[in-house]
Amino acid sequence: MRDVFIASDNIITSLGFTTIENANIMLDGNTGICLVEDKLIAPFPFYASIIDSVKLNSQFSCIADPYHFSRFEKMSICSIKDAISGMDIDYADPRTLFILSTTKGNIDLLESENKNKYGKDRIYLWNTARLIQHFFNFSNEPVVISNACISGVQAIITGTRLINAGIYDNVIINGTDIVSEFVISGFNSFKSLSTGPCRPFDKTRDGLSLGEGSGTIILTSKPSLSKSKEKILVGEGFTTNDANHISGPSRTGEGLFLAINRLLKKIPAEIDFISAHGTATPYNDEMESIAITRAELQSVPVNSFKGYWGHTLGAAGIIESVMSVYSLRNNVLINTLGYHEMGLTNPLAIIDRVIRKEINNCLKIASGFGGCNAAIIFCKK
Amino acid sequence: MEQVILKLKEEIIAALNLSEMKPEQIDENAPLFIDGLGLDSIDALELTVLLEKKYGLKIKTAEEGKKVLYSVKTMAAFILSGKQG
Amino acid sequence: MKKSLIVSSFCSVTKKEVTLNNKVIYKGSGNDFSDLSNDIYTKFSIGYPKFHKMDNLSKLGFLSVELLLSDKNLNLKYPGEEIGVIFMNSASSLDSDRHHQDTLSNRENYFPSPSIFVYTLPNVVIGEICIRHKFYGEGNFFVAEKFNTDFLVSYIEELFECNAIQCCIAGWVEFDGDDFESLVFLIEKPDKTDIGIVNFETDIIRNIYEKLK
Repeated sequence: MRDVFIASDNIITSLGFTTIENANIMLDGNTGICLVEDKLIAPFPFYASIIDSVKLNSQFSCIADPYHFSRFEKMSICSIKDAISGMDIDYADPRTLFILSTTKGNIDLLESENKNKYGKDRIYLWNTARLIQHFFNFSNEPVVISNACISGVQAIITGTRLINAGIYDNVIINGTDIVSEFVISGFNSFKSLSTGPCRPFDKTRDGLSLGEGSGTIILTSKPSLSKSKEKILVGEGFTTNDANHISGPSRTGEGLFLAINRLLKKIPAEIDFISAHGTATPYNDEMESIAITRAELQSVPVNSFKGYWGHTLGAAGIIESVMSVYSLRNNVLINTLGYHEMGLTNPLAIIDRVIRKEINNCLKIASGFGGCNAAIIFCKK
Repeated sequence: MEQVILKLKEEIIAALNLSEMKPEQIDENAPLFIDGLGLDSIDALELTVLLEKKYGLKIKTAEEGKKVLYSVKTMAAFILSGKQG
Repeated sequence: MKKSLIVSSFCSVTKKEVTLNNKVIYKGSGNDFSDLSNDIYTKFSIGYPKFHKMDNLSKLGFLSVELLLSDKNLNLKYPGEEIGVIFMNSASSLDSDRHHQDTLSNRENYFPSPSIFVYTLPNVVIGEICIRHKFYGEGNFFVAEKFNTDFLVSYIEELFECNAIQCCIAGWVEFDGDDFESLVFLIEKPDKTDIGIVNFETDIIRNIYEKLK
């Protein structure tokens, strides 16, 4: 089994176009979630974190002509471009793989006015991935993972396994999802949208805020390729299923507990902090607290990033992992924006302010529709 | 009331894809959730959509939802009070 | 030399027919999927009322796995957390996506349905199968233009190699407009089964798939 290192990363959200831009705004305690009144997306106002289109096009114009690319593709390409810049990798190398993590891809192309914008096949996720592949001249057929909200973490676990297996040396993973009429209407039909910027783990939490984002993480077997002096390893990761309900989380946190427990059995070290899924719905946060408590990690500092970016679906697992790794590199625990008062039956050690202390590893967890759960660990070498 | 209940049973079977059930098999007094038909959270949401779509009636809070959606009879009463109100 | 994994059962569902381990167990009569799936459900006495709530992709995957496992009791052989379900297709959940989008087209009659929306994620078919059979293990859903047997075999071999799973249900489950097809495999280690139909190898799996056409 080979060690897998994180060579580079990027985050694009409403808070900025690089990991550092995002981190600085988050450390200042600012959210990207605001009230959106856009009748093209929904007939009702909603809270979401949306990337400024003018800034996105301006950023993308430095790379290519925005006219030919969809919103999703622009986000994804900008993110990958930033992550790979300055890296000494041959992208046409057959030992390099590109993985795309997304729940809905170019779903806005299903809207009647968008149907003929880019051709009928553009709606297919494999086609979007292929377009990105050709843009960067990656030689292998891309892998697309669409596994609800755990897609991003699942993609990192998959990429790590493929490097462990010796099939690839480098894996470039991008996770992207946009805010769309499709998704807003769906979550609204579930009555799971928040009435303000979301409040993870808080007593008054009432739902999730959606967000759009694109994150890139580059995994490699070669530590020399890492842009950063501090080497961060990707450790064990597992996914599981609750086998309980296709949308409601398991009352016993079954699947998530199993995933965390499997991972803990393989890791000798204590966990320094947990980056939770923390969507701020009443049920998700409660379920997570049950799973974390069953795993006896209730005293481990835990946060959710969703108060800053909202729930970015297929991007969430990537951008939240990247920010967790940022936390490791900079020995800083970022507070759970939106959290004020404990609202869990099983209290957790919620990170409620910026804390600077030495941290050596991070457990990242996620859960999603279909009863899926994922857990992975990142650690300093 | 009887007519509303019968129509509602047919609509519930259609909306929730209870293909193996017939209206006469649904007891209008039995709880819809946990016991009785054993419906789940998605079914509850679909029933609120049904009330809005077919009867123009909105359930305002989760508490109200629990009362209205208790049984076919309570749903029918809600519909009738909405028609008068 | 690493020993191949073994396929101890495989099942295909197409418009034409349903086969189990290469034997035709049901002949399609050119009906649409709705009739076909209800007919299979009835003929094979599936007896699972939640089936009728599923979308087309989930019904297809669910039925394929029901038939795949019809004479097996995996839960007696393996703990639920050691059984993985890995699927691939090209259309993701497009069939349900289109239905959901249809509910948004008229703002005067705007009633998006949660029971349609929940199926606008392709991995939900894995969830339905796990609920039915009490599988708690690894799950993953890949989207590729064509059934990429190279990738699927390599990936699943690695899942076994690193002990993430001890048993796997995997395959291609595709639903797009009028087109649908599925081919699912039950994969085990050679020392865990004496019913080895074929080896779980790229060319073998690809040949089985190509014969469906």
